[in-house]
Amino acid sequence: MAVPKYPGFDTLALHAGQRPDSATGARAVPIYASTSFCFDDSEHAAALFNMERAGHVYSRISNPTVAVLEERVAALEQGVGAIATASGQAALHLAIVTLMGAGSHIVASRALYGGSHNLLAYTLARFGIDTTFVDPRDFDAWRAAIRPSTRLLFGETLGNPGLDVLDIPRVSAIAHDHQLPLLVDSTFTTPYLMQPFALGADLLYHSATKFIGGHGVAIGGVLVDGGTFDWNGSGKFQTLTEPYVGFHGMNFADESTVAPFLLRARREGLRDFGACMAPHTAFLLLQGLETLPLRMERHVANTRKVVEFLAAHPLVQKIAYPELPTHPDQALAKRLLPKGCGAVFSFDLRGTRAAGRKFVETLDVFSHLANVGDAKSLVIHPASTTHFRVPDDELVAAGITQGTIRLSIGLEDPVDLLDDLSRALKAASRVA
Amino acid sequence: MSMMLGNTPSQLFAYTGGKPLDQSKPCVVFIHGAQHDHSVWILQSRYLAHHGPGVLALDLPGHGRSDGPLAASVDAMADRIAAVLAPLAAPRFVLVGHSMGSLISLEVTRRLGERAAGLALLATAAPMRVSDALLAATREDSAAAMQMINVWSHSASIAPFAVRPGNPGPGFNVVWENLRLMERIARVNGADVLPTDFAACNAYSDALNAAKSLHCPALFILGAADQMTPPKAAQSLIDVFAQKTVVVLPATGHSMMAENPDGVRKALQKFTAQVFAPIRDSGAA
Repeated sequence: MAVPKYPGFDTLALHAGQRPDSATGARAVPIYASTSFCFDDSEHAAALFNMERAGHVYSRISNPTVAVLEERVAALEQGVGAIATASGQAALHLAIVTLMGAGSHIVASRALYGGSHNLLAYTLARFGIDTTFVDPRDFDAWRAAIRPSTRLLFGETLGNPGLDVLDIPRVSAIAHDHQLPLLVDSTFTTPYLMQPFALGADLLYHSATKFIGGHGVAIGGVLVDGGTFDWNGSGKFQTLTEPYVGFHGMNFADESTVAPFLLRARREGLRDFGACMAPHTAFLLLQGLETLPLRMERHVANTRKVVEFLAAHPLVQKIAYPELPTHPDQALAKRLLPKGCGAVFSFDLRGTRAAGRKFVETLDVFSHLANVGDAKSLVIHPASTTHFRVPDDELVAAGITQGTIRLSIGLEDPVDLLDDLSRALKAASRVA
Repeated sequence: MSMMLGNTPSQLFAYTGGKPLDQSKPCVVFIHGAQHDHSVWILQSRYLAHHGPGVLALDLPGHGRSDGPLAASVDAMADRIAAVLAPLAAPRFVLVGHSMGSLISLEVTRRLGERAAGLALLATAAPMRVSDALLAATREDSAAAMQMINVWSHSASIAPFAVRPGNPGPGFNVVWENLRLMERIARVNGADVLPTDFAACNAYSDALNAAKSLHCPALFILGAADQMTPPKAAQSLIDVFAQKTVVVLPATGHSMMAENPDGVRKALQKFTAQVFAPIRDSGAA
């Protein structure tokens, strides 16, 4: 018997979460710029507040435009649901505070975005949540770092900035051996290049600011639950499996077998910390998400051309892209990322820091700024920007030198990108 | 909020709708279908529990958090449920069953006799035949079987990916929720659950006799876009009941509690209010 199919990825990217507006017939997703939503009567109001009926009450908790983005990303990731947040950082914070409190512990890859490193190493430590950072390729280190108080393992699908490929099947197996979930930051890979839940991850989030939106016009995050983790069986997550006095004694795992995490995250973390997404932001991100498959194909195709060009250039000392044989994760990347390894990568220039500065400042098509995943090509010097606050020894451990340059390859004509890079390398060679 | 019914080592888990069960009230008992658990009733059970009756949303034997062993037939499942309901003080019961659970609820209602005030059959069919190919897949390739079941459990194409207002709320995806629940049952309760449940559906042939033995009113909630148990498959059963209400939910598939939570809730709310009204009027609740 032929197995019936679900709608394809490209179809879901355009349609999931939305049907033409029933009131007006609008085909595009309307922007519901309303803080709050009228109740039919007092009984309806009470039922919505008590989670007896589904619906919108107040846009900090949910909003019809934002819900379309949430449901579309959940559909693409094959997750049971999603929560859109004010930023990717807010999504990471929401995941952590839903699972644990003071006295808890996280084991995280040390190859992280600087902002995530700050949150874990300094800010959450101030609130009693400690993190041990490990080499993402050292499975013994992951295992050894787990303590009785550990509540989460965390890494990036492609580590920042060296593009360490997180071996999700192996790291998730370690997590599950200890009845712990694995959370991954999937920003660099997007659901188009990798679906982490199929590989063993339990939770994921995106900085939707990057490839999901794709046009550099809005800040946002999306936290997605795969619905795979057995919170009851773990016995370590009282926030989900015991009555919560802050919501009428609700036991979230009794309410929903597969989605207690999202219920608590929305009913507590989003409600109380309030890092919600605005409907206009959701609308902007949805415009990008509709073309995610097309854009990612072109991002990857252009990146491969740029990587090939740089790898052959004498001024380039080292280039970190997992499709290259020089990258330690090439075999793993072939297995986990068969469609490509994204469009963000770093390389080291030979010569002095001045050469790097000349290179960045000579580029014309590439924009010098602190973002990635834009339709336009971008460049930055991590040591003086994104990783400015990271100590030197941790920089080295993360594979960053004073000469490291990070590129985010956009959708321009690749000939123009190569010309721009060629010109900048020539200028840099004069001061190297 | 939940409780365990019966005695160890064969207790059944019951979600009580977010508040403790008040056994002085009439009780609505929800029975899920194959490879599911109580959580498929999340909105309907929670709503009813806060609007009058007591609620027990069960996990079937060997499903979810209920003790095993699996019961291999509709009759055996009904026996286990009737046995845990019998000692309860609730004066009357309404059984609500979905898909395979509708067949079980027929048999539980038969066993409850006069304590049964009504019966709600959702996405039902008599007989509830399962194709040989799907039965084989449940035994030999459970991933393929679950994909078949999940696709056919929803209305066609893209609509189930855009359910409004969402189940259990905005931001959820009902298609992947259903798949993950089936996968969870297989992982936690074992690979035998799926073939056992579907074989039980396929083998059960006494639905019309069970229905003929009942004297309580029946509610049928059917999905106009149900690919597993289309409305016409329920007709022979509908014809048996003297007191019946048939609600056909437009553009709704087999997973109707998720695809159309308000439509299902409204029909159940109206029906339970009607059948429990004489009990309340007589001072029993």
